Amino acid sequence: MGTPVMLGAITRMVTLTVDGRDVRVPEGSTILQALHEEGTAQQADTPTLCWAPNLAPVNACRVCVVEVEGSRVLVPSCARTVEDGMVVRTDSEKVRHSRRMVLELLASSVDMSQAGDDVARWMTEYGVDADRYGPPAPPAAAGERDRRRAGHHHAPDGSHAETVAQPVKIDNDLYVRDYSRCILCYKCVNACGTDAQFTFAIAAAGRGFDARIATEYDAELPDSACVYCGNCIGVCPTGALKSVREHELRENDDWHPEDETVTTTICSFCGVGCNLELHVQNNSIVNVTSPSDHSVTHGHLCVKGRFGFQHVQNL
Amino acid sequence: MDLRLSGAEATAEERAAVDALLDPLLGPRDVDGRAGPDSGHEARGRRHLLLPALHAVSDAVGFLSEGALNHVATRLSVPPADVYGVATFYAMFAVEPRAPRVVHVCDDVACGPYGGEDLATRLTAELGPEGSGADACWVRSPCLGLCERAPAVMFQLAGEPDFSHAPAVGEDVVRAARGATAAAAADAAFADPGVSVPQTRSPRGGSLTLLRRIGVVDPTSLDDYRAHGGYETLRRAVDLGASRVVQELKDSSLTGRGGAAFPTGVKWDGVATAPVRPHYLVCNADESEPGTFKDRVLMEYDPFGLVEAMTIAGWATGCERGYLYVRGEYPLATRRLEHAIEQARRRGYLGEDVMGEGVTFDIELRRGAGAYICGEETALLNSIEGFRGEPRNKPPFPSVSGLFGKPTVINNVETLYNVLQVLDVGGPAFASVGGERSTGTKLFCVSGAVATPGVYEVDFGTTLRELLTLAGGLRGELRTILLGGAAGGFVMPDQLDVPLTLEGAREIGATLGSGVVLAFDTDADLVGTLRRIAAFFRDESCGQCVPCRVGTVRQEEALARLERGTPIGDRETELALLDDLARVMRDASICGLGQTAPAAVGSALALGLLDRPDPTTNGKASAWVPR
Repeated sequence: MGTPVMLGAITRMVTLTVDGRDVRVPEGSTILQALHEEGTAQQADTPTLCWAPNLAPVNACRVCVVEVEGSRVLVPSCARTVEDGMVVRTDSEKVRHSRRMVLELLASSVDMSQAGDDVARWMTEYGVDADRYGPPAPPAAAGERDRRRAGHHHAPDGSHAETVAQPVKIDNDLYVRDYSRCILCYKCVNACGTDAQFTFAIAAAGRGFDARIATEYDAELPDSACVYCGNCIGVCPTGALKSVREHELRENDDWHPEDETVTTTICSFCGVGCNLELHVQNNSIVNVTSPSDHSVTHGHLCVKGRFGFQHVQNL
Repeated sequence: MDLRLSGAEATAEERAAVDALLDPLLGPRDVDGRAGPDSGHEARGRRHLLLPALHAVSDAVGFLSEGALNHVATRLSVPPADVYGVATFYAMFAVEPRAPRVVHVCDDVACGPYGGEDLATRLTAELGPEGSGADACWVRSPCLGLCERAPAVMFQLAGEPDFSHAPAVGEDVVRAARGATAAAAADAAFADPGVSVPQTRSPRGGSLTLLRRIGVVDPTSLDDYRAHGGYETLRRAVDLGASRVVQELKDSSLTGRGGAAFPTGVKWDGVATAPVRPHYLVCNADESEPGTFKDRVLMEYDPFGLVEAMTIAGWATGCERGYLYVRGEYPLATRRLEHAIEQARRRGYLGEDVMGEGVTFDIELRRGAGAYICGEETALLNSIEGFRGEPRNKPPFPSVSGLFGKPTVINNVETLYNVLQVLDVGGPAFASVGGERSTGTKLFCVSGAVATPGVYEVDFGTTLRELLTLAGGLRGELRTILLGGAAGGFVMPDQLDVPLTLEGAREIGATLGSGVVLAFDTDADLVGTLRRIAAFFRDESCGQCVPCRVGTVRQEEALARLERGTPIGDRETELALLDDLARVMRDASICGLGQTAPAAVGSALALGLLDRPDPTTNGKASAWVPR
């Protein structure tokens, strides 16, 4: 007996031109998917920050922009669906300028030091110079940014570059919120809401540069609707949300990602069968994640899978 | 979804305010205080009432307490974090206790130099520093759309209707802040339309079309409106049939007057023929571009005209419901329109059988709450739906997927008044005035250093010089003109013969935008004006995309450094930096706000408007001498 063949949905293919080369992808793909799947190594390396494979496109950071013929402005490759005959350019001066500036504006206002190797590399490759906006302004006092009102800001004198720097919020045993590192990509909000968890504990509040991710009236997490699934941590691209364990190890200079091993297993709490990846440093579990392409979890877990690992180490 | 709420309870007053709005719409509450299940379509279908519910609380008690927010969340099945996110998006809402009487003082480009700053100084002395005070406080405000009557203030009051003072007199503002004035008396000060529309003064200047009823009809009387030709156009439209109406619009080449200049007939056709139902009509009356007040004037003095035009638009495009989204800072226009809608409904001009023709169409008025970005069409849709006013990614365009995901026509107020004119004279006759994409007449908001500020209606193609002459000429010597608003650019004295058309403006690198013509004389503080514009965009950015959210901050900082004469590097470095910022904002922002945020700054720099003779360089122009 032969192996059963899974028939996917029948999809029409569309042809677009990327940097002068014809590319065929299934109808309904985004430009970014086309670049990932059919692009050259350089095209596949399109920078992204607010995009994630397991979330609906957010279209907020604008670092993945490309040129599309007929469009006056650049378009976000993560969110724009391909069309037959579309002509896309990924490496024009206009594209490179906007990508550089997006990265530079973020680097000048947000602590990007834990945003990962790719982001650091892109910053170098695109020639980011965050210092040219002047020295960063001193961090805001705890809660000060949370109290800012839409439409009212103090006129700056330009001597310092305003930033989102502020103290870390630690109000529970499981994870911290370090909003000095928040690029406002909305991924945590969407993972908490309609993209995964449907808990709706957090939302964007405020407006403009004073916008922030918040619970209602900036209540502490234990007083909010948070169920500690940690799916917000799972999608945070910059280390703004991380486990208390990781935060403490980093604070104590005891964080060694280079020595980290990852062991894949299956969660033993219930019968769903979520894949777990145990991140282990110094013979101790520091984080638990799930692969974003896993058919059961799509990268999302519950509080038990994400944080309930102490019994493994209490043998 | 189970809502998890804090223990904070609403006061009886807050509860009553919310329930008075929601009970008639949602029916009686069940034991939990909810109006039905907490999940599914029905629960999600209530979310669009969020902004009205927040208004109800704010109108009654002056701010949104945690308890009130919990009550709204419960009744509408919206998570409290989402309610908080929406409430904190709007400048007119406060989420912490504040004085029940709030004076919004316009310090924007038109009012600031014409008494706005003086008022701010006076109020600081009388009421204390900005934002403080137990019974009354004052706050700075972006343009209130009363520029022809500068300086302007708006009173936002708990427990009584809001109203405006313009021109605002320090003495009266202080007394009104202390409770001595009510809306009726304040509205009476707007009785003379000649102040806002000088062309209506006798002898009536020129042949007015869009403004023809202003000063002629009683804006509170449907009978008077009918006596002056009101509802004849709707009758004509019904006789023509919907597809002929759309064809007339196409023939007229009418383009949208909100700033984007999209052909109205094409827009209507797209929705009229869209297979998905229902269709929605939205009138964008969130006029907030600094220096713009034409829509306000139309709505205040000819509200029935808008109701009739919306009815025609709804009927021609297959909509049974139209939303009229009025700027929150327009209390008088809101009152007039609410009254007009009510009258029209009562007399069978709105409802299930409009004029006995078997047509169903009704209008729901929605108030904004202080957010320029909600004038962006997709942000406006999100605002109506009860979400933060953040623009959506396009495509899909609203004509395909708009309000509640359905095909939606969105038209600016002035555009809709033009529809009446198109149907009155016929498409080809309308197109015979002006030419190309600039057909018909255009309203301009003339303010600043002119003898007679106001709304002026002229044929497309009239020159800027002719318009200024119509406005009584200049006060003082002309330095420059801001054309198109904060999102527009500057025009120099040697460019006054530019024909005011979309094409003519483009030719000199300018834009008509929303029709702003703000004149500056040689004494004007242009650096201060630029700083105000930069601050405006910094305040009004929704914060969704990086180029605009951070770019507007960096732009303001760079301007501040240039103003103080303390550039990082040298002046050239700063100008290069501003240019880099302008490019990323223009190329990579999601919406028109970010894309135009650097326009006026860039225009002023390119024209050398900020250069001043510097004695230390032997009279050679050297930019940015510190003040």
